[in-house]
Amino acid sequence: MSAIVRHYGLPLSEPMAFGLSSALTFAFLPFIKLSGLPLVSYRMPPRTIIRGLQKPLRFSMHTETFRRPEDGMVRLNELLDAGQVVGLQVSIFWLPFIPQDFRFHFNAHNLLAYGRDEASGDYLLSDPVLEEPVRCASADLAKARFARGLLAPKGLLYYPSNAPQEPAWERAIPAALRKTSQIMLRAPLPFIGVKGFAWVARAFERLPTAANPQAAKLYIGHLIRMQEEIGTGGGGFRFMYAAFLEEAAALTARPALAELAAQLVEIGDFWREFALATARMIRDRDPLDPAHLATLLRAQAAREKTFFTELDKAARLS
Amino acid sequence: MNADDVPQEGSPTYGGHLKAVYARTDDGRLGLVQSRGWEAEETVTRQAVQVFEELAANALERVRAGKSSPLEAHMYRARMDIALLAQASGFWRWQVRRHLRPTVFARLSKTLRARYAEALGIATDQLDIAD
Repeated sequence: MSAIVRHYGLPLSEPMAFGLSSALTFAFLPFIKLSGLPLVSYRMPPRTIIRGLQKPLRFSMHTETFRRPEDGMVRLNELLDAGQVVGLQVSIFWLPFIPQDFRFHFNAHNLLAYGRDEASGDYLLSDPVLEEPVRCASADLAKARFARGLLAPKGLLYYPSNAPQEPAWERAIPAALRKTSQIMLRAPLPFIGVKGFAWVARAFERLPTAANPQAAKLYIGHLIRMQEEIGTGGGGFRFMYAAFLEEAAALTARPALAELAAQLVEIGDFWREFALATARMIRDRDPLDPAHLATLLRAQAAREKTFFTELDKAARLS
Repeated sequence: MNADDVPQEGSPTYGGHLKAVYARTDDGRLGLVQSRGWEAEETVTRQAVQVFEELAANALERVRAGKSSPLEAHMYRARMDIALLAQASGFWRWQVRRHLRPTVFARLSKTLRARYAEALGIATDQLDIAD
């Protein structure tokens, strides 16, 4: 996301894009199932991140979807030939350059197309999962862009229709902080934000540990996969948000934010420990005990509650 | 997490790639540090992959025993389940379920097979070969 903004001339780090768009959250949606497991996310969906950046950076992102794959590919070629850098939503399963073990039918993966090889017709892409740019054959990209299923991308492509401007940091950063603490502390739904952890804890306690340990392991493993495997940074994006707070402290001359960053790093470390404890149970190094994990989750919820309350206060002081 | 604490366990799940993590670097600021893998993450990734590998292996046995059509093995190999294959191919779930029966599958027309092959990302003539 930040790469596309950088391409249009505004130096913006990945944590800054993440923080400014208030992308940090927690959501546990047990009624939406992916292969039988609940939807869990530690961040907002990509479309929300795009929308969140538009206001502070004063630009608008133009989005297009397509009914027919051919139309979508023609339009992509047109834009690339005109020298645009284009963001794409794809299914990660059909991308041949992604390591086999990460290829699942996950439709909300985003990457950047920045060019096309004339001779072979291959696309030049930058994918957040890999650090080096990659090439992708046209047929594979078409399949990934027009995969069907939950959150189907429908060939979604996006690019800024005017150049992003440097934001008024003094206003934009506190607003973004307030929005994040608002979501984490006062979301109107009980499974969003800090309260969501309690729901997960309860779900853990209800797992059929004795009757079907395999299913229980899969369930607790799923939460860790969403926390560690998805996206950059690890620790459920808490480390990336801490990096944002540190940058924000310097930009707005608010040292309080740097202290909060240090607190959040500690919370991130606890998330890593939680992941480790879970992984040990899955590998049978420790006895399977989801109720213990539930206790850890509640402690984590309490820490995050304190943290976001303080963040909220820090954002309101001016 | 400090930069020195970033795990470097060389997980095979990364396929030789590196993954960026935010950690406190030597100058005391948070920055990107490349990780070669972490056992905890590898455990849960392998776990998710294994679910489909087991389903595919069980399906293959059923196919060999004549109890299921090759479509079932292909479905799990493509890391799909009935609901997802139905969405990807445009069939109803009950149709997919029916097509998992060997006798029904054997009578499927070329056009319908092509739809499954397209959804699974394989060639149409491979659809009959389960192994």
